[in-house]
Amino acid sequence: MENVRSLIDILELSVEEIDSLVELGTKILDDPAAYAHKCDGKILATLFFEPSTRTRLSFESAMLGLGGQVLGFSEAQSSSAAKGESVADTVRTVSCYADIIAMRHPKEGAPLVAAMNSLVPVINAGDGGHNHPTQTLTDLLTIHHEKGRFEDLTIGFCGDLKFGRTVHSLISAMSRYKGVRVVLVSPEELKLPSYVKQDVLGRAGIPYVQTTDLEAVMPELDILYMTRVQRERFFNEEDYLRLKDSYILTPEKLQNARPDLSILHPLPRVNEISVAVDADPRAAYFRQVRYGRFIRMALIMMLLGIQ
Amino acid sequence: MIIDAIRNGIVIDHIAAGKAMELYQILGLGDLDCSVAILKNVTSGKLGRKDIIKIDRELHLDWDVIGYVDPNITVNIIKDGVRLEKRQLKLPETITGVIHCKNPRCITSVEQELPQVFKLTDREKRVYRCLYCETKAEK
Repeated sequence: MENVRSLIDILELSVEEIDSLVELGTKILDDPAAYAHKCDGKILATLFFEPSTRTRLSFESAMLGLGGQVLGFSEAQSSSAAKGESVADTVRTVSCYADIIAMRHPKEGAPLVAAMNSLVPVINAGDGGHNHPTQTLTDLLTIHHEKGRFEDLTIGFCGDLKFGRTVHSLISAMSRYKGVRVVLVSPEELKLPSYVKQDVLGRAGIPYVQTTDLEAVMPELDILYMTRVQRERFFNEEDYLRLKDSYILTPEKLQNARPDLSILHPLPRVNEISVAVDADPRAAYFRQVRYGRFIRMALIMMLLGIQ
Repeated sequence: MIIDAIRNGIVIDHIAAGKAMELYQILGLGDLDCSVAILKNVTSGKLGRKDIIKIDRELHLDWDVIGYVDPNITVNIIKDGVRLEKRQLKLPETITGVIHCKNPRCITSVEQELPQVFKLTDREKRVYRCLYCETKAEK
C-alpha cells in the first residue's frame, strides 16, 4: 500500500537511515527504560509461515520491550495458509488486527506481496534464501558497536559464501561505506556468486580477495563473519569431509588474529565455531544476538513513526 | 518479393533478424483475423538483415512487450496509406505477464494468480529480474 513504509530489502534503507537506526538502537541499548513505553497500545503481529524461534522471539521481545503487545503464529500449519489462503488475503486480514507485521515465509518474495497488500508496515523476517534485512541490521549494529565505525574495515567472510544470504546482504550494505575491504574465504564449491562480485563489489569499487586459506588471511581482519558449511551443499560426501574442518574456527586458528578482531556469526551455530572460542573476548556472536533485539526495537519505532 | 502496402495498420520494422516469430507469438498475432505478413531476413542498410511484420488493421499493441523483445524496433502506424506516427521503442522499466519466473522457491510458484512482473536492473546488459525473488529472467 502507498504511504505505508515497510522493510523488505536492506537496500531500501539509505545510508543516512541506517545510521539513524544504529544511533537509535545504541540509545535504546544504553537506556532501555527510557523506551519502555514508546509502543504502549501498539500490536505487533508475527506471521511465521516457517519456524524460526530466535528471530520470532527477538521481534516479540523487541515489541514487549517497547511496551507493545504481540500476536501471531509460529508455523504455517497453525495459520489459514494451511487451508490454502493466499499471503495477500492473510495480510489484508491481519493488518486489521495489528499496527505492524513481521513476516517469515519459505517462499521468496512473499513479504513483498504482503507489503503490497497491507494496511500497516511489513518487516521481512526472512523469505527463503532471499532477504533477511533485520539480520543485516543486527550485523551492522554489532559492527558499529564493536568497532565504532563502518568505514576503513577489513571484513572476512568465511564458510558458505555461495548460498549464505546473510553474507550477500551484509556485503551489499557494507559496500556503501568508504575504505571497506573484503576477504572471501571459502571452498571452491561455495565461492561468492559472480553476480555479487560484479554487481555489488565491482560496481562499488570495493577491493576483495578470494582464498581457501583462513589462517593465511587471519592477521588482516578487523571482522570475521563466520557461516556454516552445510553437508547438503556438497555433491559428494568425500568433498564435504575433506573440507569441513578447514572452516571450523578454533583457538589455534585465532593465534595470528588481531587482538581487536570481532567474530560474528548469524547463528545458529552447529560446529563451525569451536565452543572453546566462546570464552575469547573477540567472540561477539552472543552479543550480536542482544544487539538484534535493540535494532529491531529501533526499526519498529521508525516504521511506526514514533520519536 | 512483393508484399502489398497497407492502408490502415501497423508496420513493425527493424526487428533483429530471426526475432519476428518470437514477437508474433508473444503479441498473440496468430489470433487476429486480418492479414499479417512476416518478412524474414530482409536486406537492411542499418542492420544488414532484419525482420518486418505488417499488420493490416489498426489495433492497440503493448509497446513494452515489443521494446522488451528488441528495443531497436521501430513501429510505424499507417492511416489512409500515410505514416501517421513513427515510434522508436526502448527497454521498458517493468514488464508484466510476458516472462514467467522459473525459480521454484519464488512465491509466484505457489500463488499463480500473482502477476508475473519483471523489472529492468541492468539496461546495458538488458537484465530483467523477478519483482518478487529477483531471479534473473531467462530469454
